[in-house]
Amino acid sequence: MQSKSPAVVEPVEPSPARRIGLFSLFSSPTVDAVALEERAANLAKRSLKKEAKVAGLKLAISMMDLTTLEGKDTVGKVEQLCRKARRPMEGDGTLPSCAAICVYPNFVTTAKKALEGSTVKVASVATAFPSGLSPLPIKLEDVRRAVEFGADEIDMVIDRGAMLSGDYAKVFDEIARTKEACGPAHLKVILETGELGTYDVVRRASDIAIAAGGDFIKTSTGKVQPAATLPVTLAMLEAIRDHWYATGVRIGMKPAGGVRTAKQSLQYLVMVKETLGDAWLTPDLFRFGASALLNDVLMQLEKERTGFYQASADFSKE
Amino acid sequence: MKKTQEKQVNPAGFVRGGAEIVKAERAEENVVTHRLSIPKAWKMYVGGAFVRSESGRYFQVVGATESADATTTNIPLASRKDFRDAMGVAQAAQPKWAARTAYNRGQILYRLAEILEARSEEFVRSLVRGGATEAEAALEVAAAIDRSVYYAGFADKLGALLASSNPVAGPHFAFTVPEPIGVFAVLAPQKLPLLGLVTTILPLVCAGNTVVAIGSDLDPRTVITFCEALATSDFPGGVINVLTGRAKELAPWFVKHREVRAIEAYSDDAALLTELERGSADAVRRTKTHHAVAREWFFDDRRGQGLGFLERAVEHKSIWHPVGL
Repeated sequence: MQSKSPAVVEPVEPSPARRIGLFSLFSSPTVDAVALEERAANLAKRSLKKEAKVAGLKLAISMMDLTTLEGKDTVGKVEQLCRKARRPMEGDGTLPSCAAICVYPNFVTTAKKALEGSTVKVASVATAFPSGLSPLPIKLEDVRRAVEFGADEIDMVIDRGAMLSGDYAKVFDEIARTKEACGPAHLKVILETGELGTYDVVRRASDIAIAAGGDFIKTSTGKVQPAATLPVTLAMLEAIRDHWYATGVRIGMKPAGGVRTAKQSLQYLVMVKETLGDAWLTPDLFRFGASALLNDVLMQLEKERTGFYQASADFSKE
Repeated sequence: MKKTQEKQVNPAGFVRGGAEIVKAERAEENVVTHRLSIPKAWKMYVGGAFVRSESGRYFQVVGATESADATTTNIPLASRKDFRDAMGVAQAAQPKWAARTAYNRGQILYRLAEILEARSEEFVRSLVRGGATEAEAALEVAAAIDRSVYYAGFADKLGALLASSNPVAGPHFAFTVPEPIGVFAVLAPQKLPLLGLVTTILPLVCAGNTVVAIGSDLDPRTVITFCEALATSDFPGGVINVLTGRAKELAPWFVKHREVRAIEAYSDDAALLTELERGSADAVRRTKTHHAVAREWFFDDRRGQGLGFLERAVEHKSIWHPVGL
């Protein structure tokens, strides 16, 4: 008998066909809602204290997409937010910068300039955010312009109407075309889980977004309640995990909207670690989309440093 | 109603070890019924809800032997985190409470007086269980109700009494207006669990502040019964939050919480009060301590209540405005 050498599997970049083929879009597993919610609630009970808490909170800052997506945004506000993303707290050089700034396309140039020379990336929402209900050519043009302005990452929205009416092909095609339009920019696909109704639809939308080429899947626009919740994030993390098992490809996750407190951010980190492992505990594969979260994390870090509970009035809003 | 302390088996066959079984005789029907008494779980009042301590800890109080209910009871022993959580609630409630009209705050305080009056017998019984004599208790309840009415009436008048139009040398008007300070941390007097608490917190909420108070741990059941009156008196949740626990453990956290904007503390422990004053220096926090105050002081309408209490509950804002605009 011929002795076999130990199997060495060369890492292969899977072809798009393989990505899709292994994950038939019409066979997404159903989600056990009760078990999902219970598991998410259980994972939220872990208690992180002292050094582990500080380390977790610093990691959370480095994963933050500091976001401002309001009709009343101004150049001044975006610049101020960029300064905060670079250096979350004056006088504390030990804190990491945030991962990115997330703005509307019109502010990409401003943000890009304000963040020059830093590690902070610029993410732009596009594809007729937040509804996504414009003709596809306009949505693609929106993406191309944002990339042209200098966006490193594009946050797109799916057509939730198409998703809910079962037109999965349309959802898939729009994501694939958007990915094409992104060029070198990373693509995050917003599912807007608050409008999808059930975990089954969320799971299916996740599978479609991953198969169609999304680098990240993201829960929400922040404009719809409920936004990110622990169970819905867990359902999406499980889609990422199953895809990873099947293909070896790591897709990123971004809960957005509704993550307001330092405690919540740690709960999400615990969930990611338990579902996907340490490999995902990096800004390349996990992000928080948030605006209020940063200040609460800073307040908790100051509490750990000084022993005094902090007052929100002592922290700049932007 | 007749009570027996011995163990009994009720008609359904349940035995409850040590629990008191009330044996009631309905004379007119000549029927004897047996039932288990339903003891109340005593809880703290935070955010308009009755809660246990997050720590799961309790301390025990025993009723005075002369009272009808001399049983031993478990009372939540509040922790540092309970205080922190209550602070969050009080802070969230403060802007909305301050934004209500003074008239409306007055109405709510008056409603509290109505509820206290309706439950006055219960409060007297409660104070007697806590060790007061029948006469002392009746006096304390009456004084507490009157004090509620007093501050109810003051709510829409303190602005007129404390604000001023200031004479200045120049073409300006200068106004001074009182504004609520924010969240007060309160260490209520140990003696007089009802009147002491009422005296301390009502002027603060009257002026638009919210409060986290630590009630007397000598008679916490009266404190909690007072919270039940608060809960039914139209006070929005979070305006008055009351914890039960040990002053020595909790009060030092007053000064370790930057959202605590002011402190009112009554204690016989001079060292504890000094600790609070010293700890507040760094944040320039307004801190008023009262050491070993005599009982009579609380009953005296000239010393135990008044505009001075409301002045401590506000900070003054001065506005300069050019003449002719």
